[in-house]
Amino acid sequence: MMRPGFHDPVPEAQGCFRAMLDAMSRPGRVHTLDVALDAPPPLAPATAAVLLTLADAETSLHLMPDGAAAGDWVRFHCGSAPASLPEASFVLSLGIHPPLSALRQGSEEAPEQGATLICQVRSLTEGEGWRLAGPGIRDFHHLRVEGLAADFLQQWAAQRPAFPRGVDIILCAGRQLAALPRTVTIEEG
Amino acid sequence: MSFSVSERQRWMAVLARASLDELRTCLDAASPLPPHRRLRGPETGLIMLRGQAAAVGDRFNLAEITVTRCAVSLEGGTVGHAYLSGRDAARAELAAILDALLQDDATKPAWMAAVIEPLAAIQAENEARQRRKAAATKVQFMTMATTR
Amino acid sequence: MAYVAVKGGEAAIANAHGWMAERRRGDPEVPALSTRQVEEQLGLAVDRVMAEGACHDRGLAALAIKQAQGDLIEAAFLLRAYRTTLPRFGHAAPLDTGAMRVQRRISAVFKDLPGGQLLGPTLDYTHRLLDFALAAEKEAPPEPAAEIPGDAAGRLPRVADFLVREGLMRREADSGQEPPDLTRDPPDFPASRAARLQNLARGDEGFLLSLGYSTQRGYGNNHPFVGEIRQGKVAVRFTPPELGFEIEIGAITVTECEMVNQFQGSKSEPAQFTSGYGLVLGRGERKAMSMALVDRALKAGELGEDRTAPAQDEEFVLMHSDNIEATGFVEHLKLPHYVDFQSELEVIRRMRSTAGTSATGSEA
Repeated sequence: MMRPGFHDPVPEAQGCFRAMLDAMSRPGRVHTLDVALDAPPPLAPATAAVLLTLADAETSLHLMPDGAAAGDWVRFHCGSAPASLPEASFVLSLGIHPPLSALRQGSEEAPEQGATLICQVRSLTEGEGWRLAGPGIRDFHHLRVEGLAADFLQQWAAQRPAFPRGVDIILCAGRQLAALPRTVTIEEG
Repeated sequence: MSFSVSERQRWMAVLARASLDELRTCLDAASPLPPHRRLRGPETGLIMLRGQAAAVGDRFNLAEITVTRCAVSLEGGTVGHAYLSGRDAARAELAAILDALLQDDATKPAWMAAVIEPLAAIQAENEARQRRKAAATKVQFMTMATTR
Repeated sequence: MAYVAVKGGEAAIANAHGWMAERRRGDPEVPALSTRQVEEQLGLAVDRVMAEGACHDRGLAALAIKQAQGDLIEAAFLLRAYRTTLPRFGHAAPLDTGAMRVQRRISAVFKDLPGGQLLGPTLDYTHRLLDFALAAEKEAPPEPAAEIPGDAAGRLPRVADFLVREGLMRREADSGQEPPDLTRDPPDFPASRAARLQNLARGDEGFLLSLGYSTQRGYGNNHPFVGEIRQGKVAVRFTPPELGFEIEIGAITVTECEMVNQFQGSKSEPAQFTSGYGLVLGRGERKAMSMALVDRALKAGELGEDRTAPAQDEEFVLMHSDNIEATGFVEHLKLPHYVDFQSELEVIRRMRSTAGTSATGSEA
């Protein structure tokens, strides 16, 4: 049985967009979304809200196999053109995400063409785990993420030399989200 | 559910061409609509219209058109869809409900008779009237020999 | 050029808008115009606003005309601005004008074309005399249009097909290529035919009319004839991804014009006819004809003709056809340029004083 999307699309999508904008400008800060969304399993409400807000008929989306159970819902409500992993502007992953280097990186002339990975994780907590630094962060910010690939930090560091090319990440867990724009550097701590 | 894609295309086209007033007139005389759940919309957006160079050649983008779409589900789980040109949300929602009812064998005959066939008859007559008006402006050439 | 912000004038602006609103309404003793009246009785203005606003919605176009006090460029601007607030669901299948339910279909080249010449609702043979009966307080409704039994609905053959079949004109073919979209991608030169046609379809009618006229007067002349004009309703078809099959979402009126032009031939091509194509929302027949003339003129490069006339200059035509861009750039000159002008003043004063000291100084 198909579940509905946003109840009131304009204010809800705008609210979610605002939260993502804040999350991108203050990397690692955890935001809690205030949406009443009946998300289709296995999508968390935040993941579903981010998809409804960002993906539409004019964007391309690659669904990793772990999200297949919500495929019909995503196709119906977002209407995004399906695309291969290296071509998609958005990639949705619910478990172990694909290697960041396999996603679209953008070019020197058009770094904005780099993909955004929407990654659902087990939990997001502000606290010890990672030490983030970069634009939008005064000194350091701490974030703990559970449910990412074991070598995530190596992958993240590996895309740094190609800057401004690279991938941005929106992390979702339950109703929470946090963002890792490619400008941020991450160390353990 | 026994209907072909072409049958469904026909009733969706008839609903797309009908005005809200025409639709309501048919519905007023029919049994009340069952409850439904909105899955998406009604919401208004755009579709890009296309033409072809010299009508048969390369495609080009002509202009956009406003379109209102709606998807609903009925109690049994049948999902009805509507995409209609224009911005009339009420019309799109009614068309989506009817699309769902017409997919169900139990309800299809009654709704075909109450809504689709009467609307199709009105539309056929409108088109025929346009053809008759156009025919009245058809130029009948006479050769100079007959008028001399 | 740098722009410098200035502050102030909020109250003056608000009052100016208030006065404009009063102007728009006119004498309150006169009944207000309804948008339905605009839609029904100023239909050609509605069509023009939809074509130049590049958005089909009769009700929105009528509202824009009312709000813009009949300034059709301003109305098209309002419509363009509104459309940016809507999401795009996708694109329709190409309009099948072969299956058009024609109200008008004429050819200036073949008298006896199959399907006949249908004049439809036209002004072509009127005397352009003002009809004072329309100014009377109570306008009598016109007699209903005459009706006689017509042909069964069906596809009408195209004039171009006859010439193609005889080998006198090249057949156009659909390469299946996805067309570029001006509303998403900036223009790129040389432009594809698809990019040119989109640009012309939303271009200013007056600009295209003048360019088309210039080709007739010898600036890139190519001896045009109206092969065919057809006007009527075509179904809009769209395939929603969730359904996976094509559905009709409504029917719209369009006008199509195919011009037939002489072509002297070149080293590689024998003498033959070429064509220009126009397709416009609504009943914009003058625009469709102008578009076809300019489309043909812009083929000069492909056909190996000398590009000497303005209508053949792709970049000139495509960069200046859009009246909303044009009005934006022309009208922005009204806005404060105080700082820019100060620097110009200083430059001129300096040049004059330099010229003055180097001259004999007799002017002082």
